[in-house]
Amino acid sequence: MARPKDEVRLKMDYTKSFFPFNTKNSKSLDALKDIEERSLWTSAMQRLIQNKAAYISALLILFLAFVCFVGPYFLSWSYDEIDWDLIEATPPSINNGHFLGTDSLGRDLLARILQGGQVSFQVGLLATMVAVLIGVTVGSLAGFLGGWVDQVLMRIVDILYVIPLMFFIIILMVIFGRNFYLMFIAIGFVEWLTMSRIVRGQTMTLRHKEFIDSARVSGSSNTRIIFKHIIPNILGVVVVYVTLTIPQVILLESFLSFLGLGVQPPMTSWGALISEGAREMEITPRTLIIPALFLSTALFCFNFLGDGLRDALDPRDR
Amino acid sequence: MWFYFIKRILIAFPTLLAVVTFSFFLMRLAPGGPFDQEAPLPPEIMENLRVAYGFDKPLINQYLDYLVNLLHGDFGPSFKYKDFTVTELIAQGLPVSASNGFLALVLSVCFGIPVGIIAALNQNKKVDHLIMSFAMIGIVIPTFVIGPLLALFFGIILKDTIFALPVGGWEDGKLENRILPVICLSLPFIAYISRITRASMIETMRTNYIRTAIAKGLPYHKVVINHALKSSMIPVVTFLGPATVALLTGSMIIETIFGLPGIGRYFVQGALNRDYTLVMGVTILAAFLVIIITLIVDIIYAWLDPKMRYD
Repeated sequence: MARPKDEVRLKMDYTKSFFPFNTKNSKSLDALKDIEERSLWTSAMQRLIQNKAAYISALLILFLAFVCFVGPYFLSWSYDEIDWDLIEATPPSINNGHFLGTDSLGRDLLARILQGGQVSFQVGLLATMVAVLIGVTVGSLAGFLGGWVDQVLMRIVDILYVIPLMFFIIILMVIFGRNFYLMFIAIGFVEWLTMSRIVRGQTMTLRHKEFIDSARVSGSSNTRIIFKHIIPNILGVVVVYVTLTIPQVILLESFLSFLGLGVQPPMTSWGALISEGAREMEITPRTLIIPALFLSTALFCFNFLGDGLRDALDPRDR
Repeated sequence: MWFYFIKRILIAFPTLLAVVTFSFFLMRLAPGGPFDQEAPLPPEIMENLRVAYGFDKPLINQYLDYLVNLLHGDFGPSFKYKDFTVTELIAQGLPVSASNGFLALVLSVCFGIPVGIIAALNQNKKVDHLIMSFAMIGIVIPTFVIGPLLALFFGIILKDTIFALPVGGWEDGKLENRILPVICLSLPFIAYISRITRASMIETMRTNYIRTAIAKGLPYHKVVINHALKSSMIPVVTFLGPATVALLTGSMIIETIFGLPGIGRYFVQGALNRDYTLVMGVTILAAFLVIIITLIVDIIYAWLDPKMRYD
């Protein structure tokens, strides 16, 4: 496992060594750690690939995202363009370029679904990032520092847990207008609670490990220990949680859009499309069923992937 | 244990106060007001309206007034539904939402737990895979997709058969009008409860005391019902806390889809109309319900899990 940069690595982070032995042999230990580290992730990866549902889901998500972001460039209609020849819902046809037909205003359904997918994926990723940022920071601070910091932060989390925050998101959306960016920040602010609890638990078990002691002895500050030693070690849990949070966020956004509180026309999202489709299902069930199919597929895939990752990174749970 | 409950009750008050304060000031930050209309009102009338609703006083006095009224159970007048107080609207809507929510919860417990047990006892067999696939569908497909699809199926496709069901309206809670909303509301709960029951049942069946019970020759079904069931219900009870929150938010969707006059729909309407007092009233009520129910869940939890009682 000799690598050209081993010397440099050794100087930089021998305190990070996972092994509580003395550091005299740290060069060989470092190499050992290298193997250990790699095998953890490699074996997790192998387990993930063996899990067919999770693997296929991951590929499908990538495919869906690719289609949503690239597809619109290949369509002859844009999502807000009205086909004045077909001012009512028309069935799919190859000839006029409406591969999934049009909605009741003569707009291309496929283009709208792809646009809606972009919104859903963006909200999913960005809101999850907000949630992870807050959740990991609060959780690791509370878990690592303990004492009154832990008490205060966790009581705040307890209180927020009890409040039905969906109501507050709706109030926020009403007050500050249906701003796209505000929406994902608001959703992110709601979703961080569980994350912070999980991270706190993990941090508390790590806090008393020897490699943390050794980092402290060698003079690392608390901030450095948290960011350099604690957070890299809880990444696995965070990754699993991220894949399980993204579908929740997509669902929340669709929920808001369904109620008319999310994205505003002519912009659209999967939830908004389902809401429009539900109003016209008597005449054209297609406008309800096709967006619902897209949304459900994406949610299924994220859930299977999340479950698969959890099994892969934490074999105990099986 | 009593100390713990007293602490929980004491924490409930500042939580509620925080909810009230937060929602009050948030609402007042809003640009535009409930009296804004397309054709602006003459300034004199606007002024009179503001005085009538107490908007001319300093904000802090309005807040204190609101708090005092709240202690008397008075949520103030609704801005949009003139002639109605928020308390009256809630009194109309709450029975609708609560009865539907209760029915949905009963349905999901009665259905979810047995199904979960069957799956657990047939772990990794076909029945188990089948049940868990359905559970996954119930969890993943959102109610606002299932709701319209159910309505499409029972209301339109089966329109002329005996299975046709009304897809909207309330008609004073007639049974047919309740069937679709309650089923739709309970599907995700059935799914969650069966998944949780399965997981904890599998764990319980592996414990030593269950092995002992089987070894001493008790019939299998007795072991399951008398020994395993109680302790494997603990995670299910824990789930009932978050379930009430989900039930409240779920009722917004269900009542909007099926046109039921419950508090969920009042909330959505109020939010779209900027009906400050109505939205605040429902939010505070929801927070209050959630706090009370979480507390009750904790008490049941302590009853089920003896370890917790001695802590």
